[in-house]
Amino acid sequence: MGMRSKKEGTVEALLFFSGAFSIVVTGAIVFVLFYESLRFFKEVSLIEFFTGTVWSPLFSNPRFGVLPLVAGTLLTTIIALLVALPAGLVTAIYISEYAPRGLKEVLKPLLELLAAIPTVVYGYFALLFVTPLLQKFIPNLSGFNALSPGIIMGVMIIPYVSSVSEDAMSSVPMYIKEGAYAMGATRLQTAFRVVVPASFSGIGAAFIIGSSRAIGETMVVAIAAGMMPNWTFNPLEPVQTFTSYIVQISLGDVPHGTFEYSTIFAVGVVLFFITLGLNVISFFLRRRFRESY
Amino acid sequence: MWEYKGRLSKYLDKLFMIFGLLLCLTGLAVITILLIDLFIDGSPRLTLKFLISYPSRSPEKAGILSAWVGSFLVMFVTVFAAIPVGVAAGIYLEEYAPKNWVTDIMEINIANLSGVPSVIFGLLALGVFVYMLGLGESILTGGLTLALLVLPIVIMSTREAIRAIPQAIREASYACGATRWQTVRWHVLPYSMGGILTGVIIGLSRAIGETAPLVTIGALTFIAFLPSPPISTEFPFISFRWLLDQFTVMPVQIFNWVSRPQKEFHLNAAAASIILLLMTLIMNGFAIYLRYRFRRKIRW
Repeated sequence: MGMRSKKEGTVEALLFFSGAFSIVVTGAIVFVLFYESLRFFKEVSLIEFFTGTVWSPLFSNPRFGVLPLVAGTLLTTIIALLVALPAGLVTAIYISEYAPRGLKEVLKPLLELLAAIPTVVYGYFALLFVTPLLQKFIPNLSGFNALSPGIIMGVMIIPYVSSVSEDAMSSVPMYIKEGAYAMGATRLQTAFRVVVPASFSGIGAAFIIGSSRAIGETMVVAIAAGMMPNWTFNPLEPVQTFTSYIVQISLGDVPHGTFEYSTIFAVGVVLFFITLGLNVISFFLRRRFRESY
Repeated sequence: MWEYKGRLSKYLDKLFMIFGLLLCLTGLAVITILLIDLFIDGSPRLTLKFLISYPSRSPEKAGILSAWVGSFLVMFVTVFAAIPVGVAAGIYLEEYAPKNWVTDIMEINIANLSGVPSVIFGLLALGVFVYMLGLGESILTGGLTLALLVLPIVIMSTREAIRAIPQAIREASYACGATRWQTVRWHVLPYSMGGILTGVIIGLSRAIGETAPLVTIGALTFIAFLPSPPISTEFPFISFRWLLDQFTVMPVQIFNWVSRPQKEFHLNAAAASIILLLMTLIMNGFAIYLRYRFRRKIRW
C-alpha cells in the first residue's frame, strides 16, 4: 500500500506542475517584457513615450513617441471591427434563430474554416487583391494603406465574433423565447428585443475578443499596411501598428542588448497589457452570461 | 393599423432572413473568390521542381524544399513538447484540482494565455530561448515557441474531452479498488483519446500557419540547405544535431516572397500559399473526421 500511495503522490505532483506551468509561462512573458525594456525606459521618459507624436527610433535623431503606432493600431482595428461586428452579429443571429438545422451544420464549420486560413495568406489577399481592387474606386489610395488590411482583418475575425455571440444567444433559455413568440412576436422581434438583450454580456465579450484579436494581429498589417509610423487617422495612408513594428525590427538583424533591441520589448509591453486588459474583461463577461441562466 | 403593423413586422422578419442568408453566402463567396485568385496566380508555379528546390535569387529557380522540411521538423518538436504538458495539465484541472484560489488562477491564466497575441510569444522566445538559454535561432527554439502557443488549445480540448466522460465510469473503476491514477490511466484517458487528438491536430494546424513568432525569433533568413540528418553512420545512429540547426518554415517563406516588390516572387508566394492551405485543410479535415468517428463509436 505504501508503494502505491507513493506513486499516486508522484503522479499528482507531476500533473500539478504541468498545470502550474502555464502560470510560469505568463510569469516569464511579464518578466522578459519588463526586463528587456528596462533599458528603453531608463533612457526615454514615460511622458515622451506616451505623448510624443513622432516614432523614429532608428534615425540618427531618434524620437520615441508611441502615438503614431497607437494611431495605426487603432485605425486598422476600428476598420476591422466595422466589418466584423455587424457581419458577425447578423451571422450569429441568423445561425441561432433562423437557419434550419441542416444549414446550421454546414455553415458553422465553413465559418470556422475562415479562422483556419493562415494569417500570412490573408496578408497576401490584402496586399495583392483588395488594395488593387480598392484603387479602382479610390484612385488616391496608396499601395500600402490601413484600409485594406483592416477590411481583411475584419473578415478574419468574423468567426470569433459570431461563434462567441452565438454561444451566448443559444444559452438564452427556450422558455424566454417561447414567451415572446406566444405574445405574437416575429423571429426578428424576438431576436432583437429578447435574445440580444438577454445575451448582452456574451455579445459584449465577443466584441472585446474581436478587438483584442485585431490589435494583436500581425502578419496582415505587416504585409499590407506599409510599416511606416504615421500620426494620422486617414485610412488611405500607410501606417504602422505595434505588431508590425516588432516584425520590422526583427527582420533586420538587431543585435541582442542594443538599444534598438529594447524598443521592441517596450512596444511589446504596451501591446501585452492592452490585450491582457481586454481578455480579462471578456473572461468575466463570459463567465457572467454562463452563470446568469 | 394593427393589421398593417403586424404585416410590416412579418415582412421585416422575412427580409432579415434573406439578408442573413445573403450575408453568410457573401462571406463564403468572398473567400471563394480570394482562393480562386490565389489558385490562378499560383498554380502555374506548382511543379515538382518547386517542391524540391531551395529558395533562390531568381524567382523561376526558387522552391520550397527547405521551407516544408523546416515546417515538418518544427511541428515534430511542437508535438513532443506540447502534448505531454498540455494533456497532463488538462487531466490535473479536470480530475485532481481542488476548488481553491490556486485552481482559479490557473484557469483564468490559461484562458488569458490563449488570447495573448502570437507575436508576444515570439518576444518571450527571443528573450528566453534564443538568448538566456542560448538555443539560438534553431529548430528547437521554433518548435518550443509554437508549443507554448498551442498549449492552451491542447489543455482546453483535453478538459472538454475528459468532461464528456460520465461519472459512472470513474465510480465503477473506484468500486473495483482502483486508485485515482489507475482510473485516469486505464479508463478516463483511453475514452477521451479521440477528443484530445482532435484538439491537438487543430492546435497544430494553427501552429503550422503561424508566422509572427517565428519571424520575431529571427527565422527569416536565407536557408538554402537542409538541417543535418537525424540518422548517422556512427553509434548510436540517431543524431539530434538538427535540433540546433537554422531553419525556415512555409509561412515565413511566403512572407519573404510576398514582401518583395517583384511580381514573379508574388507568384511563388501564391504557389507556396496553396501548399500551406492544403496542409492546414488536410489537418482540419482529419480533425473533423476524427471527431465524427469517435462520436459515433462511443455512446454512453
